[in-house]
Amino acid sequence: MNMARYVMDFERPLVKLESRLGELKKLRAAGQPDIAEEIEYLEKQIKKLHQKIYSSLTPWQKVQVARHPDRPRTSDYVGLIFTDFVEFHGDRLFKDDPAILGGPAFLDHRRVMIVGHQKGKDTKENVARNFGMPHPEGYRKALRLMKLADKFDMPIICFIDTPGAYPGIGAEERGQAVAIAGNLLEMGQFSVPIVAVNIGEGGSGGALALGVADRVFMLANAYYSVISPEGCASILWRDDSKASEAAEALCLTADKLLDFEIIDGIIEEPLGGAHHDPDFTSQGIKKVLIDSLGELGAYPSDKLVEERYRRLRKIGCFREPTP
Amino acid sequence: MPISEWFHRKEKYTRVTPPSEKKEIPEGTCIKCDACGGVIFQGELERNYRVCPKCDFHFRISSWDRINLLTDENSFSELDSNLTSEDPLNFVAAKSYPENLSQAKEKTGLREAVITGEGRLDDHKIALAVMDFGFIGGSMGSVVGEKVTRLVERATKEKTSLIIVCSSGGARMQEGMLSLMQMAKTSATLAKLHEAGVPYISVLTHPTTGGVTASFATLADVILAEKNALIGFAGPRVIEQTIKQKLPKGFQTSEFLLEHGMVDMVVHRKDLKATISKLLDFFVG
Ligand SMILES: [Zn+2]
Repeated sequence: MNMARYVMDFERPLVKLESRLGELKKLRAAGQPDIAEEIEYLEKQIKKLHQKIYSSLTPWQKVQVARHPDRPRTSDYVGLIFTDFVEFHGDRLFKDDPAILGGPAFLDHRRVMIVGHQKGKDTKENVARNFGMPHPEGYRKALRLMKLADKFDMPIICFIDTPGAYPGIGAEERGQAVAIAGNLLEMGQFSVPIVAVNIGEGGSGGALALGVADRVFMLANAYYSVISPEGCASILWRDDSKASEAAEALCLTADKLLDFEIIDGIIEEPLGGAHHDPDFTSQGIKKVLIDSLGELGAYPSDKLVEERYRRLRKIGCFREPTP
Repeated sequence: MPISEWFHRKEKYTRVTPPSEKKEIPEGTCIKCDACGGVIFQGELERNYRVCPKCDFHFRISSWDRINLLTDENSFSELDSNLTSEDPLNFVAAKSYPENLSQAKEKTGLREAVITGEGRLDDHKIALAVMDFGFIGGSMGSVVGEKVTRLVERATKEKTSLIIVCSSGGARMQEGMLSLMQMAKTSATLAKLHEAGVPYISVLTHPTTGGVTASFATLADVILAEKNALIGFAGPRVIEQTIKQKLPKGFQTSEFLLEHGMVDMVVHRKDLKATISKLLDFFVG
């Protein structure tokens, strides 16, 4: 292995077995006899444990998978799913925000506009892209591109992957709240189909600002939450270390959100998480995009806007006794 | 960043005073101003719209006091008052959500963090929503989102000018994504109101942050802010933790927002009704 592997806590038992396996294989290569059986046994154990760990991830473990540094980014899926992508830059008001990636591309034969949060692949790129946390100019660039899509009758594909909108001085000075609110209002009005896919982190309002759509999907290990588990733990438990409990309580996983009808479907990930097989993951995303656009393309535009509104309008859970 | 530091803030003097409790405080009781440290008599504070006469610090006021301040006498009738929260996530932290709710109800005498209704303001017919920070930090869950949405729909249909007085820590964590989605729901319904040419004036009061600021609070035709209010997307504590610096003095105040072009006017509470009235004269005649 050429690089130190990023290990999540719950993977440690697995890593231990794997390194033992590595040692045995070295011994075998060096000519040690009689260990073939042990190697075979260990390989089976590893497979079993892998299956066991990943088929029953807790919400907090899923959050960690969603934040995995090797997880495919928006740019990876753009390369794997679309052709002829052209990146557009800038909000025409202040600057270009590298935390948002966007531009037109082809999805098979269909013209689409892609807008997504963009994290980095390494520390250097992550710093440049502010770890996928947009400033107001990022949301305004996104809005600008979506307006272009609306004008040229191109469906909009949003990729959600952000810890949240950036909480900083410049962001506040330039109206982070206003930028997000503006997207929420405008996205409700576009007369082209909008499909959003949460590929990793769905951090609060900063995620939702690319999330008003006709269809919303989540990768199986993605999370979508009103607040980060850590933030919730520090406020409601007064204890940062309760993030795991908070993740459980917040119902932030794809299966829960499907039950609550916040999302429309879950896209399968390979065992171990999307980064274990980006091709497989991207095929799953591509299929739901094509199916959704096929279905939504049949709607007249006024019906599309009306249905998008109805979809939002019914969200909420309350009691209303007749007086 | 919903609610954030407001739960950590000392509650001493800025606590919302329910009407019953307020009557028990004698006229002569002394209060120390949070902002300037000056000593004010309770009666003096009440007569001055709960604004410190020495430094103009605007103490928080309850939603009913606010309604009385803004509407013509006996003109307000409440809507959707029977909507109450469920516990869809079965949320349990240090406290359970139902416990939070019942404590908030007892403390404020309210059923939820917003009161909506119709009334008159200097004879202008208005649809009015007033949030109350005393109720779980004025947080927006399903009920707040639904009541605001219904009011906007009603205002759109009847072409009644809409006024929303905001005070909120953001989306309500205890209802998870259902709360976050109320941002999209209220924003989408406001698009229809704007399309119908109905005026919407938003009043940002201390404090307004998080999901409410990033949705209906800032989607108005005209945005007013009460003096000295804390207004922002992220709470100051979250920002300080992120940038690992102390924030400059006056950061995220109404005056700061005015300077940065985020609000139209900073208004003293005593002038609020007259200001809105004048604006409605412009927009509806
Ligand atoms: Zn004072």
